[in-house]
Amino acid sequence: MAKIAKISGPVVVADEMKGSRMFDMVRVGEESLIGEIIQLKGSRAVIQVYEDTTGVRPGEKVVATGMPLSIQLGPGLISSIFDGIARPLGTIAEQSGDFISRGINVPSLDQKKKWEFKPSAKVGDSVSPGQVIGTVKESSVITTRITAPPAIGGKVTSIKEGKFTVNDTIATIGKEKVKMSQEWPVRIGRPYAEKFFPDVPLITGQRVLDTFFPIAKGGTAAIPGPFGSGKTITQHQLAKWSDADIVVYVGCGERGNEMTEVLDEFPKLKDPKTGKPLMERTVLIANTSNMPVAAREASVYTGITIAEYYRDQGYDVALMADSTSRWAEAMREISSRLEEMPGEEGYPAYLASKLAAFYERAGRVKTLGGRTGSVSVIGAVSPPGGDFSEPVTQNTLRITKVFWALDSSLAYRRHFPAINWLTSYSLYEGHLEKYFNDNVSPEFVALKKKCMGLLQKEAELKEIVQLVGPDALPPEERLVLDTTKSIREDFLQQNAFHDVDSYCPLEKQFGMLSTILHFHHEAEKALAKGAKIDDITRLPVKEKIARMKYDKEFAKGKKELEREIERQIASAVKEVEE
Amino acid sequence: MISEYKSIKEVAGPLMVVEGVENAAYGELVHIKTSSGKEKMGQVLETAKGFSVVQVFEGTGGIDTKGTSVRFTGETVTIGASMDMLGRIFNGRGVPIDNGPAIIPEKKMDINGAAINPRRRDMPLDFIQTGISTIDGMNTLVRGQKLPIFSGAGLPHNLLAAQIARQAKTTKGGENFAIVFAAMGITNEEALFFKKEFERTGALSNVVMLLNMANDPAIERIITPRIALTIAEFLAYEKGMHILVIMTDMTNYCEALREIAAAREEVPGRRGYPGYMYTDLANLYERAGRIVGREGSVTQLPILTMPDDDITHPIADLTGYITEGQIVLSRGLHRKGIYPPVNPLPSLSRLMKNGIGAGKTRADHSDVSNQLYAAYAQGIEVRELVAVVGEESLGELDKLYIEFAKQFEEKFIQQGYDEERSIEETLALAWELLSMLPEKELKRIRSEYIEKYHPNKVKGKSKVAAEGEMRGYVEDIDVLGADLVSLGGIKKKKKTEV
Repeated sequence: MAKIAKISGPVVVADEMKGSRMFDMVRVGEESLIGEIIQLKGSRAVIQVYEDTTGVRPGEKVVATGMPLSIQLGPGLISSIFDGIARPLGTIAEQSGDFISRGINVPSLDQKKKWEFKPSAKVGDSVSPGQVIGTVKESSVITTRITAPPAIGGKVTSIKEGKFTVNDTIATIGKEKVKMSQEWPVRIGRPYAEKFFPDVPLITGQRVLDTFFPIAKGGTAAIPGPFGSGKTITQHQLAKWSDADIVVYVGCGERGNEMTEVLDEFPKLKDPKTGKPLMERTVLIANTSNMPVAAREASVYTGITIAEYYRDQGYDVALMADSTSRWAEAMREISSRLEEMPGEEGYPAYLASKLAAFYERAGRVKTLGGRTGSVSVIGAVSPPGGDFSEPVTQNTLRITKVFWALDSSLAYRRHFPAINWLTSYSLYEGHLEKYFNDNVSPEFVALKKKCMGLLQKEAELKEIVQLVGPDALPPEERLVLDTTKSIREDFLQQNAFHDVDSYCPLEKQFGMLSTILHFHHEAEKALAKGAKIDDITRLPVKEKIARMKYDKEFAKGKKELEREIERQIASAVKEVEE
Repeated sequence: MISEYKSIKEVAGPLMVVEGVENAAYGELVHIKTSSGKEKMGQVLETAKGFSVVQVFEGTGGIDTKGTSVRFTGETVTIGASMDMLGRIFNGRGVPIDNGPAIIPEKKMDINGAAINPRRRDMPLDFIQTGISTIDGMNTLVRGQKLPIFSGAGLPHNLLAAQIARQAKTTKGGENFAIVFAAMGITNEEALFFKKEFERTGALSNVVMLLNMANDPAIERIITPRIALTIAEFLAYEKGMHILVIMTDMTNYCEALREIAAAREEVPGRRGYPGYMYTDLANLYERAGRIVGREGSVTQLPILTMPDDDITHPIADLTGYITEGQIVLSRGLHRKGIYPPVNPLPSLSRLMKNGIGAGKTRADHSDVSNQLYAAYAQGIEVRELVAVVGEESLGELDKLYIEFAKQFEEKFIQQGYDEERSIEETLALAWELLSMLPEKELKRIRSEYIEKYHPNKVKGKSKVAAEGEMRGYVEDIDVLGADLVSLGGIKKKKKTEV
């Protein structure tokens, strides 16, 4: 029988393991701790254990399950909170109380709950793998589409309607019995028919993101930033307001209180699209920083497998991973316990390929069943000391297409979201142009280019100001500084805790930006007519511009605001003429 | 299962390797008796068939490979917690050193604790008033939070910690409050200071002190904070008390961690600290919190000295990634003679928004705080500009900001060691300072709050105030209504609760 030979933290070596396969799950010790084989040498297996190993002794038994680390997918995932290996924390709390104890073996789904299954396929229909055969209303927002499992297709020989548990047979396809749930190994991406080009934006309601650095549905983005620069708040904002159908939020090695906050807040917040609580479209994975490190390594895979499951039903899913650095550090810790040759900064040499493989599971796809679904991945990165040259940030940037650079100097000034507009980029901009032209305004793209140009110009001018002071600049350039100040403070800054400002629809974003630029153009004309720059920057209408973001009825008052801008600037010109 | 061995094969640094051990448990407690009869305590770090690696908490001095005997106790490291621990002083291993009676344990608890199930956590929501403007006004502490003080050598972090410990109270008031104080590698002088302070304010009977001094074995520091937090959890979750845990100095703790990693020849991470330091620190810090349905709370105030004031140093950096914000002390402010030298710009309290606002502090609190930040940051930026271009080339507005930054440092940040400001006083002070700026500049504050709280709008306020020194700057800007003169005389508040 297989026995433990050595224990060093989360890494356990077991003897007499011949016949076990790589990445098979095992049960370690008398307490049946959950582990996974990560190395094989002859009959010896190295196992990473997903639970605390304190108290485990050499000589205790190891039981192989013969299955890779998998998760049961099916109705009941929505609104749940899981640990890194997809055990529902609510059930764990029922079994072990306020603190997490060890050796608890619970499946991700409620085994007893009965769900109302409505078949859409009939006996005699021919279904292909991944095709929808019926639906279950999972929450008031989400209807889970039950599909034929990825490997099963053929004639439907029986199908039932009614209330069933996730393990009951609801149909037979060919000779295979089909349940509402499916087991899937988390480290393997779920199959799809083909990948599309990402050309639809994921609207987030965050001005700096949607307008300047948009992410596409099925795209990947990285948010690196030092602590205190607002990574988590940005991630929460995205989880709250992005127009995905389903949000999977992976709290990977982060704070317990933050997860509690999500649990506390999301049921109270309303989705702007459906008006239903946000929790009814959210799945949470929580491996807080004091939970076992090996489970942290697994948590991102658990998250993306759930995301892919809903993608395969034709939903747009957004996955937030906060933070991928903790995931990388977990890999590093395991790697160093295995005494592997370290790469850069002690990270294992396979860091880059693991990161790439993870982000590559994102995408907008045609599912096996012929629907269109997407998984967008937004990964927070926590570079030590805010130094973006470190391996995790660099390797992430090589893969992700959007880079939202958080900047601590902006955060110190309470410019939130503290996303640096000069260093950030989005490679989707070109692909999304058509969408913005068709759905917002044909002027939108030109407008944002103009604004970005002004912001670039500001950076140059600031260097000169550093040397000669602002008063030495010509009036046109001082106007540029005034306008960019307005763009920064009145547009880019967004208050996540303000009930109106927290979410800004795309039309309003466009309206606000065009108002600011309208002022700029009118002022330029006025300057040419001899108006004084000091008079212009001091016009009372500027305060109205500053309060646009808090205005619920902005669209109604926009025309009037523009007239007011024109009137006031005209009066500034008149003053000089007289 | 108790078994004794005399087969020490190797001793190096704080570690020893014992041979012939068949099945020691990972993390098992070990008793060691040297040839001269000295008793020591250790813990299994690695275990395999045939050998165990043991870290020795008292240091390996006196251990030989011939006569020293090692006894594996069969259990993990525990502490017998009890209410009687309040008012007592212990060494870093939890042994009483105040000549008092032995502690009769009420509950034996594993010092490593267990992770609180996020599902069972309760949101920290209760505002703690520390009486310090920069903290209450801009980096509010709430119950169940972990908020470290990032300091540097020679800065008054101990004074600040003692002041917080003395003044901390909630606006609800009248609850069970106690302090667990864990010292790791601090000097006798510093320990004496805290002891004197607790005595002076009569708090000592409500304090559990664990002292690992600078000349105690470094390795002992690994368990000191764990014991402290275990006692804190006992008092909080079993006895319903609100516990403030002060841990000083985390830098010494991390260095002990590095020492063990080096002795084990592990692959080092940044600056020689082990790669698992994040996880290790998280296992301490994450023990702060509240639990649904239980009365008490554990609030942490760890103190760390940043080597060379470097906030990107791994210790400060990893701490900042785990804790819910940080209070950063500034050498620049300290040199100007400002106490407490809290630099608000890099400081942060992530849970602030939960503890403030209508019904907790005041509705305008959040906006005022944001505005103070932005205005002070602007002031500092202009101040830097002055160094290059001189004050003459500045606009009127910029000059106002410079003056704001100056007044902010001298009136808002600066306060006495014995001065306790209520949150109302802090906010009033903030409004007085902000009213130096034109109203148009107060973009972070909702107009309804400006209407309600701006000194210019509040009836009966004098508008004449600071004319003298400011006249040069203001000219055509007529919003200056700051009643700055009255700010000097801030009264002391009533007696502390502790």
